[in-house]
Amino acid sequence: MNAFTTGSPTSLPARDHSAVDTPDGEATPPRRRRWTKGAIGAAIAAPVVLGGCNMYPTYGASRGATTQGQDTFKLFSGMMTTGIVIGGFVGILILWTIIRYRRRSDAMPKQFHESIPIEILYTGIPIIVVAFLFLFTVLTENNVDATVPVNATVTSTGTPVEHVKVTAFQWGWRFDYPGHNVSIAGDVTNGPGDHGPQMVVPYGETLQVTLVSNDVIHGFYVRDFNFSRYALPGVVNNFDLNVINPGTYAGQCTQICGLYHTEMLFTVKAVTPAQFQTWLSGEVAAGHTLQRQPKSAADTPPPYTHVTPSNALAAPSSKKGSL
Amino acid sequence: MTTTIESPDRIEPEEPGGPDAHGPGSHGPGGNGHDGEHAHHEGPKGILNWLTSTDHKVIGKSYMITSLVLFFISGAMALVIRAQLANPTSSLVNFQTYNELFTMHGSLMLYLFAGPFAFGGLANYIVPLQVGAPDMAYPRLNALSYWLYLGGSSLMTLSFMVAGGAASFGWVAYAPLSNAINSPGAGTDMWLLSLGLTGFSAIFTGVNLVATIFYLRAPGMTMFRVPIFSWNMLVTGILILIAFPVLFGAAVLLYCDRHFGTHIYTVSGGGVPVLWQHLFWFFGHPEVYILALPYFGLVTEIIPAFSRKPLFGYRGMVFATLSIAALSTGVWAHHMFTTGVVLLPFFSLLSYLIAVPTGIKFFNWIGTMWGGQLSFQTPMLFSMGFLFAFLMGGVTGVLLASPPVDFMTHDTYFVVAHFHQVLIGTTVFAGFAGFYFWYPKMYGRMLNERLGKLHFWTLFIGFWITFVPQYLLGLRGMPRRIADYLPTNGWTFLNEMSTVGAMIIGISFLFFLANLVTSWRRPVVAGDNPWDGGGLEWFTSSPPPHHNFTHLPPIRSERPTWDYNHPEHRKDESHGDKRHREHEQETVGAPS
Repeated sequence: MNAFTTGSPTSLPARDHSAVDTPDGEATPPRRRRWTKGAIGAAIAAPVVLGGCNMYPTYGASRGATTQGQDTFKLFSGMMTTGIVIGGFVGILILWTIIRYRRRSDAMPKQFHESIPIEILYTGIPIIVVAFLFLFTVLTENNVDATVPVNATVTSTGTPVEHVKVTAFQWGWRFDYPGHNVSIAGDVTNGPGDHGPQMVVPYGETLQVTLVSNDVIHGFYVRDFNFSRYALPGVVNNFDLNVINPGTYAGQCTQICGLYHTEMLFTVKAVTPAQFQTWLSGEVAAGHTLQRQPKSAADTPPPYTHVTPSNALAAPSSKKGSL
Repeated sequence: MTTTIESPDRIEPEEPGGPDAHGPGSHGPGGNGHDGEHAHHEGPKGILNWLTSTDHKVIGKSYMITSLVLFFISGAMALVIRAQLANPTSSLVNFQTYNELFTMHGSLMLYLFAGPFAFGGLANYIVPLQVGAPDMAYPRLNALSYWLYLGGSSLMTLSFMVAGGAASFGWVAYAPLSNAINSPGAGTDMWLLSLGLTGFSAIFTGVNLVATIFYLRAPGMTMFRVPIFSWNMLVTGILILIAFPVLFGAAVLLYCDRHFGTHIYTVSGGGVPVLWQHLFWFFGHPEVYILALPYFGLVTEIIPAFSRKPLFGYRGMVFATLSIAALSTGVWAHHMFTTGVVLLPFFSLLSYLIAVPTGIKFFNWIGTMWGGQLSFQTPMLFSMGFLFAFLMGGVTGVLLASPPVDFMTHDTYFVVAHFHQVLIGTTVFAGFAGFYFWYPKMYGRMLNERLGKLHFWTLFIGFWITFVPQYLLGLRGMPRRIADYLPTNGWTFLNEMSTVGAMIIGISFLFFLANLVTSWRRPVVAGDNPWDGGGLEWFTSSPPPHHNFTHLPPIRSERPTWDYNHPEHRKDESHGDKRHREHEQETVGAPS
């Protein structure tokens, strides 16, 4: 019933395979030429139109608030454009094939099954594309991953270097400024409006972050920095951030780390170097120093409580409602 | 389980070229009579047959039904997850339940549905038919594989019932979150044991597939005449043998950490937590292709059938599959770019290179359709859905091969959208394409076209509404596996949209269920070869007799049934051997 009827081989209309390979045997070269012209025109126009508006369209991403983030953004944007052009080409090709070769008669199409030159072509071109993508990737990666020496106070170009040690723990963050005897910590957020502990950094300088974890794996992620790195227990990860613009940037743990993963928020506030120094002295005066820390949640995690769906409701988050 | 719908137009073996005269449903030569077969196979009936059968067809159907049930359970979990995320400060489920839900959603889909549906279900049923074998190479091992799978699946699903709930650390179970301190409770142990049981079930099926395809091919079926689906299952089987033992080993070590005081993955005892990630992803990335290759194979069977053409670039397809498999064992650390402890350029380059054979497959599919006579019955529609879904998932996958872009998007919804597009493209679009394609062969009944098309279009529309917003959410900074977000994040609208899309996907499967009910209550007889397919599976009756074939056509290309039915359209240039054209029929393996 649902089976389509197969044309009886004997009823196959006589057709000349060599003329055109359209299934119904009609010669349609004018239409095909129009199609080809249109496709070539679109292929040329697409990058021009896309590029004409902006060399690096955002596609919804952040342009980056750090030099590293900006480099990453440019790579991302360029790859997206490439992807849209290539993906669009393949997509349109599929769509066009679907429309062009939909069944119009019971005629048997030409039974060709390979074409070595075309197959070599569509193996070779992707290799070249991929080689270029890899080249740009390596160039960007070298910028993003470059770090100043661990104990440096100035970069080779004379920019001052600040060091922050970030400790992730279940479920919060601690930001230590070892050179200034300042330590800020905070754990799970308490309701809307609480964005977690704040890491204050100077902009226009090089910030070296040393990332560690006290317990399980966490993910240090700031959307506007276009960057994330795992806080891995037993591993010390160093990376540099050159914040360009002042502002407050939302950060969040991205690696599932247990019950309150959702609420493991923090913010990064970029201020001028002068404001940064003022802030540091204020924190020292307020007693937020490294010596205070052994009492913090970071070093003495609370005794384990068995969390079940029922007693999770009584756990510290006031935000969570009922089952 | 043995369905006993007899083909009404069962006919005696015909002269070649004549079958079309008998109209739809009789394209195969038929004549693989059930009556004679039943005389030779007096097995137990009903439930006892199901419990004791070693027939690959019974086991394949059991696998398929079990994995589809798990698919629906897991899909329901996804809908709860989407409902929770529909708006900020939602309190539909609490954090613990949410963590259990996404863990089990991922685990059920990846370990218990996507793989087993393909290699335990469809491949188990189809591969012996395609290569012209009476059964799998090791039928009892095959049965053991299913029972291990059923046990493991039940264990994992039932872990919701134990104190402390199910596992709640994500389907990847990163150490040390999965150790005894951070994840006490029986749920995690059940999860690990389930990996052990289903892992062995996969290994046994892998052994069976490899042995069957290497040693049980019918006379005339050289390796380069094996249909692409079976080729892909061979490569999948090899990948299973490479990957699953590593997962099992890693799981045993984790179990030792949890119960026997070892410190393999804990820093305090001198262990290395990141070792879990290496071992897991050494399994996990080949696993991605264990999940994808069978479905590539399905689509490669369906597109030629509905284009009325041979596959374009058969050899290219085989080499593309082999190179994907080879590369897939060397890219595991691209899941670990943000750990800071892997060599980035190496894994980046190998990951990029996978785009090349994948691209070849795309162009081969397009080349197959090119110049064809395409008809868009449900299996073909789903295959087209696969092409578009996998295209976008594939292109975004190329972006993620770049470490800096991965730093930017890792563990955000960008990655979530990427792998859902890939996995739904393969396991759901291509998977259901295969289901619609081979259901007539398995049950001898057709599925309803109108309901099938409704299923497709609702699924297709819902799919894009669900996942395109998730890319944008990821770029706007929404991490994965969070149960909640703030109204000030600006993620609300996109999440609402995604949830609406997910509900449409949910609705689409009601059409599928309605279709199954319709085909069961008002059967439409399928005949041997409803789609004019080319593989040997279309040569025998629907459903096939106990040992599959009473006779076989000459096998001179990768589509012997097509050659038999359309002798004037044989592929003459390659694979085939003109000298043997006179032999129209060979009798092999028929029980006498």
